[in-house]
Amino acid sequence: MYEQIRHNRRASWLLMVVVVGLLAALGYVIGLAWTGSSSGGLGLLGLFGVAAIVWSLVGYYAGDRMALAVSGARQITHADEPQLWNVVEEMTIAAGLAQPPAVYVIEDPAPNAFATGRDPAHSSIAVTRGLLEKLNRDELQGVIAHEMSHVRNYDIRFATLIGILVGLIALIADVFLRSRWFGFGGRRDDGGGGAGVIVMVLAIAFAILAPLAASIVQFAISRRRELLADGTAVELTRNPLGLAGALQKIAADPNKLRAGNRATAHLYIANPLRKVKDAAGLFDTHPPIQQRIGLLLAMAHGEAAAAAVTPGDAAQIPA
Amino acid sequence: MIAVIVIIGILVLLGIIFAVLYNRLVGRRNQVDNAWSQIDVQLKRRYDLIPNLVEAVKDYMQYEQETLTKVTEARAAAINAGAAGPEAQAQAENVLTGALKSLFAVAENYPDLKANQNVLSLQEELTATENKIAFARQFYNDSVLTYNNATQMFPTNIIAGMFNFTTRQFFDTPESETAVPKVDLR
Repeated sequence: MYEQIRHNRRASWLLMVVVVGLLAALGYVIGLAWTGSSSGGLGLLGLFGVAAIVWSLVGYYAGDRMALAVSGARQITHADEPQLWNVVEEMTIAAGLAQPPAVYVIEDPAPNAFATGRDPAHSSIAVTRGLLEKLNRDELQGVIAHEMSHVRNYDIRFATLIGILVGLIALIADVFLRSRWFGFGGRRDDGGGGAGVIVMVLAIAFAILAPLAASIVQFAISRRRELLADGTAVELTRNPLGLAGALQKIAADPNKLRAGNRATAHLYIANPLRKVKDAAGLFDTHPPIQQRIGLLLAMAHGEAAAAAVTPGDAAQIPA
Repeated sequence: MIAVIVIIGILVLLGIIFAVLYNRLVGRRNQVDNAWSQIDVQLKRRYDLIPNLVEAVKDYMQYEQETLTKVTEARAAAINAGAAGPEAQAQAENVLTGALKSLFAVAENYPDLKANQNVLSLQEELTATENKIAFARQFYNDSVLTYNNATQMFPTNIIAGMFNFTTRQFFDTPESETAVPKVDLR
């Protein structure tokens, strides 16, 4: 279990390095091809960069309220949904958080849940009515643990960061390609020669391919963080069968989430847009649900085998 | 001249690393202490809930006075054992858990009782409290693990040795709790 968690953390940071590397490479190649009018180009780039950062900050601070409003979520108290509230409090204690996240319910028969919020102090968890009705207490606990893990691992903040980087890559590539079209950068009358042309071709190829590559990496990161959230959820509940059962029920359910759309799909525990598939597509936000269930069951059986070996200890109470 | 600057730079860097590692040790030790007191918070919550439960089921379970009395007595004993030290308290808590389990097992025989909303919500609250106690203990153990790792692994173990950060013990469930409780059905 801990091995899987470590592996997922390493993999997602590695992918992040790839994205940053792509950004750096793109910037370098374009800068090289643009040595003619670098100052003008950089000025425009700076403007777009500032706009991108402002937009991302708005998303960072108000994004959770936007996501909740779009999905039609209603905030609840202990009196409204005692079992749900208790389960969230239990997971808060297991995670050692100072205060529990705000809890919301979405009146939709499709079972699903999502978490949002930039850090544990400003987080919210939303569950659908379908989830509350169809899952038992252990399975509900598994789902809430998964959502709490997203909050605990700062996944929303991580995804925002990746989004900024990928957006910047697309931006730079776009600006460069458009400048070529209007003939701004790279206008050299001194006849640069063969090397200049080759670099220019390289830069154009990069500018076309980099946003695509960055997008693919972004989806790979999203899948990796989902698996990490599964692993840390088991770290909270110490019960992989709860989450496995929940995922099985969610996969088997025929209902489609009414509030699901492309903008918020990546926040949910199960992809609300695609039906069950076997292999992960390059552009999937979630790993295939059968793979997730398989990993969880493997954890359960591994622990059962390990428990058969270790003997019990005498009572020890720390001072 | 350059050599002096480099040496001073290295010393400053070492000082910063030292401070960061020391603070990390302090933070982790404090988390262990905090986690330990959180367990008590959940235990006290259970003490407060039990009288309500006994009141709610009393009228339905007129023939189960012995079970109800056992629960009430076990609760009083657990509260008193708090003063006698953690080992005695853990023993008393186990007795109380066993008594509660007997009560819920017996309640299965009373369909009227099971339908009562009051009792259902109390049962949910008690289940939640039992879970919270378990998770509080789990979090305490997790905190002890992180802290112990810091005191024993290089390079924090050097600082730990210098300032006397000792390892803490895990919270193990006593023998009596891991044994399946004997449910007294009458």
